[in-house]
Amino acid sequence: MAKKKRPVIEREEVVVKFVGDSGDGMQLTGSMFSDVAALVGNDLATFPDFPAEIRAPQNTVAGVSGFQVHMGSSKIFTTGDLVDVLVAMNPASLKSNLKWAKKGATILTDTDAYDEKTIEKAGYKNNPFTDNSLDSFNMIKAPITTLTKESLKDLGVDNKIAERSKNMFALGMLYYIFNRDLKPSFKYFEDKFKKKPELIQINKIVLQAGYNYADTIEALESVIQVSPANMQKGRYRNITGNVATAWGLLAAAEKSGRPLFLGSYPITPATEILMELAKHKSLGAKVFQAEDEIAGICSAIGAAFTGSLACTTTSGPGLSLKSEAIGLAVITELPLVIVNVQRGGPSTGLPTKSEQSDLYQALFGRNGECPVIVIAASTSENCFYYAYEIAKLSMEHMTPAILLTDGYLGFGSTLFRIPKMADMPEINPPIAEANDPDYKPYKRDPETLVRQWALPGTEGLRHRIGGLEKENIIGTVSTDPMNHQIMTNNRAQKVELVANFIPEQEIEGPAEGDLLVVSWGGTYGAVHSAVSQMQKEGKNVSHAHFHYIMPLPKNTDKVLKGFKKIVVCELNSGQFVNYLRMKFPMPNISQFNKVQGLPFMINELTDKFNQLLEEK
Amino acid sequence: MEFVNMTVERTNVQLSKADFESDQMVKWCPGCGGHAILAAVERVFPKIGYRKENFCMVSGIGCSSRFPYYVNTYGIHGIHGRAAAISTGVKIANPRLSVWTVTGDGDSLAIGGNHFIHVIRRNVDINILLFNNQIYGLTKGQFSPTTPMGKVTKTSPMGTIEHPFNIGELVMGAQGTFFARVPDNNITLMTECMFEAAKHDGTSVTEIMENCIIFADKAHAPVTGKEVKDENMLILKNGAPMVFGKNNDKGLILKDTMLEVAEIGKNGITVDDILVHDQYNQDPGIQLMLAKLAPPHFPMVFGVIRSAMYPTYDDLVEEQIKYAKETSKIKNVDDLLNSGDTWEI
Repeated sequence: MAKKKRPVIEREEVVVKFVGDSGDGMQLTGSMFSDVAALVGNDLATFPDFPAEIRAPQNTVAGVSGFQVHMGSSKIFTTGDLVDVLVAMNPASLKSNLKWAKKGATILTDTDAYDEKTIEKAGYKNNPFTDNSLDSFNMIKAPITTLTKESLKDLGVDNKIAERSKNMFALGMLYYIFNRDLKPSFKYFEDKFKKKPELIQINKIVLQAGYNYADTIEALESVIQVSPANMQKGRYRNITGNVATAWGLLAAAEKSGRPLFLGSYPITPATEILMELAKHKSLGAKVFQAEDEIAGICSAIGAAFTGSLACTTTSGPGLSLKSEAIGLAVITELPLVIVNVQRGGPSTGLPTKSEQSDLYQALFGRNGECPVIVIAASTSENCFYYAYEIAKLSMEHMTPAILLTDGYLGFGSTLFRIPKMADMPEINPPIAEANDPDYKPYKRDPETLVRQWALPGTEGLRHRIGGLEKENIIGTVSTDPMNHQIMTNNRAQKVELVANFIPEQEIEGPAEGDLLVVSWGGTYGAVHSAVSQMQKEGKNVSHAHFHYIMPLPKNTDKVLKGFKKIVVCELNSGQFVNYLRMKFPMPNISQFNKVQGLPFMINELTDKFNQLLEEK
Repeated sequence: MEFVNMTVERTNVQLSKADFESDQMVKWCPGCGGHAILAAVERVFPKIGYRKENFCMVSGIGCSSRFPYYVNTYGIHGIHGRAAAISTGVKIANPRLSVWTVTGDGDSLAIGGNHFIHVIRRNVDINILLFNNQIYGLTKGQFSPTTPMGKVTKTSPMGTIEHPFNIGELVMGAQGTFFARVPDNNITLMTECMFEAAKHDGTSVTEIMENCIIFADKAHAPVTGKEVKDENMLILKNGAPMVFGKNNDKGLILKDTMLEVAEIGKNGITVDDILVHDQYNQDPGIQLMLAKLAPPHFPMVFGVIRSAMYPTYDDLVEEQIKYAKETSKIKNVDDLLNSGDTWEI
């Protein structure tokens, strides 16, 4: 197809972002582009960047929707800080995203979208094409709308439909720049539009036209090539953190033989878990969309009593509403999985932005002494494994457990090597046997302090539990002071003993040295990238990324003691660092925080770490 | 009428009151209406015919909500206002259980009002026993959402200034399929209504007008008191004319669009002119009018006011799951993990 062989620029990683008006189809364009990257064997991570409003006014900055793809020939850990290639379909999307473009980035934009009105609506004082503000970029200015219509002229397609497919023209141009095969996208159209064959033809023509146009104008002198990554062999798919969380819960239900019950209320950015599980009734999942957050968790507690793997999914404000009910699950010692897809707070805060500011709430946000297991996932993909793990621990240890993810993990997607259910660890909930003459509601396993799960309907095990303090072992209501002390200790000890069943904390890098970087949750990618970059430069720095927060891994003390300095990085004002200081009072723990609703940038991390290494 | 609900596991063993008696000391005040309600429950449960292990009591918070501790069934004593939500989870997760939700006027109509109307709207097959004593008892005497307007309580020293809920009206407003009202001093009627509630597929609400001897003593006496009850209470029987009065000489008739009290034998009115109760009528029109009647111009109506057949939420859940299992290609989690776009590397 190419007239002459273009020189090839080999890149280890490239960040591409598609931005445009809400109606421009940027999510679809971006995900098609990333699917093709995945097919050629790149590792990748993607992140959709939605406007907070459902239908913001056209051509305004508020209405800009984006989709970012970070692909590489080596392992990809983040969705990318700055962008190498920006596809901006209108002035507003160009204006709002220019700050994320690298110096010298390639920017493809539709010149047809620029007129006095749209330029003004975007908030530009002058036409950006004439005011030198784009001088430091490699601009590809193409009349995309006109060319799209032109390409469909022979079909007699009406202008509106033609205009709507301009995103495919832009995608075709990008395929030329990255020398991608068009066939997978053709096949995609054939599957997607089975019932509307005319759309198959339209999309194919426009995609090809975009490709050919880029070729004709020699849009880029050279091909950007991202070679296949050296990935572990296996079957792969793309997965978002929220879908991975839903599937992890389904997997745990299947493995444990406990039916899945989800009681939830829609809340950004956690709703996709509820929607995903609602699709899987064929696996027996019972999904109850409750009237509010409280009914969500309370219905789950009812389901837990009957022997279900009971779950509730939410985000920060919803977790606040659930606090009292979590206390009920703690005192009744029922298994219950609570997933909190964190967002910017307090109150409604920044619903579509990511933050790690619910850690205190997860650890301490209840009345009374009320310990629960707290775990945090760190990649979109491992949301699957940590959802599975939290369900396992919750059921095996008969305690509510909170899984923290965040909007960045939940909405973002990574490649997921598909596991086999046969390889997943066993889950053995302590279910009481019918007519066990020794059954007592609060009789405990001496090793784990776990009580048995006696399911309603079982012969010979009728019993009552509830929110009032119960007498140790026998489970009747008790207000005895010493009994309350014993039960309080038991509940705390039971959760602490979970430390015997979780892996030790790993360190990336030497176990002793000048600086230990500590992080937890969704910041893994950025912190890992920053530390490994510095390690390559020969810096004496190691990284400990925590997944298990309550209880902490047993070797945590030892891990921290191996370093002269410790810095804890979090997207909050210092919640994990204060928790560590409380548990391990050490003078050398410092902190690095950011509360902007944005992920860490690798540069800001390395700057901080270098500064700490230099300070005496 | 045959017993409808075949979802809950039944037993051939003849159970007795002793099968449901708990060994716990009942800590309600002497003279509290709760004692009679407990006796009625212990009397009716063995008659229903379910396995004793398949009863599950759920409660919220308040005097009423101690109930699960006093009956030997599976039970969960929840948190304030949330009994209906917990019960919903119990029933959806295990429809083979007979779920009994014990709650009060504060628990269900104030803090738990949202869950109350939504469980009714969904028609989850649970049985709500709502102890209506028109007062907060456990916190010692504050007004509740059913306290009559103007009543002096500890938090309304000059009388309440808010309109009370009529529970039947609220239930039917939320598209309820079953509503019964009983006084706590008529254990036979209580037992009958609880049996009818158990038979009903869907959310049943049985309002029990309970006397709080300490903080709202005789609150219901103007209706249910010995001296006035013949004139002020009309006990419904399905298929029978709605008559009341010492000599059964009064009845309800429909005049234009309103109910009216007519005296049988006067103005040419015979018993054939009296409205006949149809608790199974799907249209709640007359039933709603009945639920709202109260002295001084009318008697208050007791017994099963409404018992209409509608699909239950929990049955529909099972149906959807059954259909999905039959039709979906995804039979297990391995299928799910490998569904959609995947590729080999």
